Amino acid sequence: MTRIGVVVFPGSNCEYDVLAGVSQLGATAELVWHSQTDFNGFDGIILPGGFAHGDYLRPGALARFSPVMDAVARFAADGGPVLGICNGFQILTEAGLLPGALQKNRGLTFLCQPTTLTVTSTDSVLTHHAALGQELVIPINHFSGAYTCDDETLRSLEEHRQIVLRYLDNPNGSRDDIAAIANIAGNVVGLMPHPERAMSNLLGSADGRILLEGFVASNVLVA
Amino acid sequence: MSSPPELLHRALGLTDDEFRDIQQVLGRDPNQLELALYGVMWSEHCSYKSSRIHLRRLPTEAPHVLVGPGENAGVIDAGDGIAVAIRIESHNHPSAIEPYQGAATGVGGILRDVFTMGARPLAVMDPLFFGELTDARQRWLVEGVVAGISGYGNSVGVPTIGGELTFDDCYSSNPLVNVLCAGALPTERLVLGVASGVGNLAVLLGSSTGRDGIGGVSVLASAGFAGNDGAASVDDAKRPSVQVGDPYEEKRLIEACLALLDGGYVVGIQDLGGAGIVCATSETAARGGVGMDVDVTAIPLREMGMQPYEIMTSESQERMLAIITPENWDAVGALCAKWEVRASIVGHVVDPVEGAHGQPVGMLRIRNGFDGEVLAEVPAKSLADEAPLYDRRRTRPANFDTVRADDPTYDERVGSPNDDLLGLLVDPAWVYRQYDSQLFLNTVVGPGRDAALLRLAGPGLPYSQRGIAISTDSNPRWCALDPRIGTALTVAESVANLACVGATAKAVVNCLNFGNPEHPEVMWQLSEAIDGMAEACIGLELPVIGGNVSLYNESGGNDIDPTPVVGLLGVLESLVAPPPGWDWQEGNAIVLVGQRSAVGDEPFPLSGTRWATRRGRRGGRMPGFDPRSLKSTFDFVAREIANICAGGVSDITAVHDVGGGGLGGALAEMASATGLGAHVAALQGHRELFSEFPGRFVMATNDVQALSERAALAHVAIDVLGSVTGDRLCIDGLVDLDVSEIVSRREGALVEALNLTV
Repeated sequence: MTRIGVVVFPGSNCEYDVLAGVSQLGATAELVWHSQTDFNGFDGIILPGGFAHGDYLRPGALARFSPVMDAVARFAADGGPVLGICNGFQILTEAGLLPGALQKNRGLTFLCQPTTLTVTSTDSVLTHHAALGQELVIPINHFSGAYTCDDETLRSLEEHRQIVLRYLDNPNGSRDDIAAIANIAGNVVGLMPHPERAMSNLLGSADGRILLEGFVASNVLVA
Repeated sequence: MSSPPELLHRALGLTDDEFRDIQQVLGRDPNQLELALYGVMWSEHCSYKSSRIHLRRLPTEAPHVLVGPGENAGVIDAGDGIAVAIRIESHNHPSAIEPYQGAATGVGGILRDVFTMGARPLAVMDPLFFGELTDARQRWLVEGVVAGISGYGNSVGVPTIGGELTFDDCYSSNPLVNVLCAGALPTERLVLGVASGVGNLAVLLGSSTGRDGIGGVSVLASAGFAGNDGAASVDDAKRPSVQVGDPYEEKRLIEACLALLDGGYVVGIQDLGGAGIVCATSETAARGGVGMDVDVTAIPLREMGMQPYEIMTSESQERMLAIITPENWDAVGALCAKWEVRASIVGHVVDPVEGAHGQPVGMLRIRNGFDGEVLAEVPAKSLADEAPLYDRRRTRPANFDTVRADDPTYDERVGSPNDDLLGLLVDPAWVYRQYDSQLFLNTVVGPGRDAALLRLAGPGLPYSQRGIAISTDSNPRWCALDPRIGTALTVAESVANLACVGATAKAVVNCLNFGNPEHPEVMWQLSEAIDGMAEACIGLELPVIGGNVSLYNESGGNDIDPTPVVGLLGVLESLVAPPPGWDWQEGNAIVLVGQRSAVGDEPFPLSGTRWATRRGRRGGRMPGFDPRSLKSTFDFVAREIANICAGGVSDITAVHDVGGGGLGGALAEMASATGLGAHVAALQGHRELFSEFPGRFVMATNDVQALSERAALAHVAIDVLGSVTGDRLCIDGLVDLDVSEIVSRREGALVEALNLTV
């Protein structure tokens, strides 16, 4: 059975939600404390949302120095599937595992609301089960979710089909409507929306399933 | 602390009589430190000295109540081995002075009250009251308070699932920021704030102690604002009494405390809120009937040169006091180290001493080192439980009858119902979009609807298919006219909101926001409101399991309108499908469920309505209150909706309580939820359109015959109003509006009033 590690920093708060989401899909998920230094035996790693180490300086700016991040970088370099959701995405950019940065929303307020996303590339561990052009309703929940990068990075992202999800109606001022990007290899993905919050119609949407199902099944893909 | 004690007590907010009481308790003059302890513990905010005598009239018992009033939070048995803890508090004066930190620390404080009981906080709600937004200061307050709740609540990791937003000039100098928190725990883990076991250790967890918030409960919370401009003119003098919040510290504190409780390392636990260490140590010792020695030098400080009275009364945030056995100290230290939470032994539980009549008396001793000089020594109970009890003078306001006679119900109609209706609609989405309302994957119905509905689930809880529903409600317009009936109807309104999501009401918490209790009219309002609440709770079979009284909400001698806020908790036995909400469908019949007209001689009173208030018409009489008829309607609606939530088949496609804005408001909100219009046959003029008494529901159904038969069996009245059709809201002879206009006016109202561009 697929074994997913969910990294917990002091200040993380979506770890139980991610655990519940992944467990529903038949994988085993375990919380991994941020002081851990290896991921032997894990098939995938998720950095969940929250406010790691309080995020008083800048989201993710301190978390990138947690001991676990060297292990995440090694795991990613070996081709292991790594997913950063919300604060996890911010941490991955701060750690240099994904290009660009997340800055404050255009309206300068926190936003918790449903968004409609379009799948713009299926070449990633997150989107390989979805169809190109498919629309997914998944909520966002962030203050600093406006993706930004320089022109060269944007060209490179487009060239390598690394922009995997875009907002249909850009809520936060993200450059080029970007909601999720992958690294060139497609095994490291960061997204601002929360797929684990869209796992059941009782809670408003089940569109997150196809993304997390893909991620959980992705160890087969990269192996 | 250099002035002589006989003058010092007044500076600390104690009266001359209270000073004599303290001399009596101690059998001697208190020293300065002791006087400071009494100053905070006998403050109105901590001791409820003006309200306790009246609060006794509220019903507090029911078989499912596990913990009633007087503890950190009320707790009910929600079934399936899960208990739900709930508490509501005010943070009014701090928010008036420093809106961001005032609101943020209000959230922090209420969370601690809930996890103190062993419960993981799962939901926050915020009823907010400001002056009219035409004033720039009000806009600053709204943005600051909302940002404070968002900034603290989101990062501490507790979803904010609803609240209320009220604008009225009476709050312009004294805004109200109330905060409700609910949490859940496995029933067997319930813990109380009790110190027991002589030799046990009192361990202070969390932040270091600084000078922030000294005298917050006495200087700030238990006195009115003197100037006519409210907080604006006293900013600088009182700002140091506002605490500063650190949600990251609180998040780690929550996780560490829940881990300590899971590990069984804790005998008792108590949060540090108002009145800081003196409150936590004296309350835990008083409940346990023991004494406590506190070493003032063992308390980690963040500032140099703090005096013992400052250390003991500081309201620095994010601190807890745990009582543990000495052999668990190593395990507690290790767990706290993992979560980077500071833990320090600051006290010992000690034997009571023998009192004058041979009775055991638990003494709170403040020492300079555990074996050092005793700086203060007072009976713990005298601080925690034996504050003076006042039966303050009560007078019905002199203008009560004149105000009643000035009834807007009989005003000549002015302007068009179209414009009146559009002017009443406000979508609070700008506020609640700033709150994380979804964390923990429980939120089935979030903010902006009749009531919030959550799955009863969370980390560490046994599996359950149940749901819980929460609503906060208030209506100062009603309560200003008649605090007794106004409060009773507010409780009814809250039960109605819960029925819309299929929940059966189980328990009430209240936050009683009133003016200066030394004004006899305010005491009369408070007493009447409590009577109204008691009447409603008895009639609707609801226990009151906790509350908070916030007095001295005044500015320049002007009191706020009486503002009792009701927080209502309900349970749903099976939650597998969402309730229908407001989303009616083309072709549905629209029916009114419940008594169509109000109790009393006026079928559709306009007194106390939003419609009247917008015209500056604030007089009139409130309708009557008939709990029996209300209860059968509420039970019927709750049962019908619960059937849908349990996965049952139903002809009901939408439901909405008739609340603020009346029937017109309810229909407009349902139209704006879907973009679908309606045709409604003649109502009883603008009175029925805008009248606001509770007990009525708008339902949409695709089988009006079947619904009518079920209603008849339950002896509930039902009237067909019209049908869902097209894209205009047409109410014969009254309203004819494009739904898109309703949507844009409703969505734009708040953003425009705040002068924002989004």
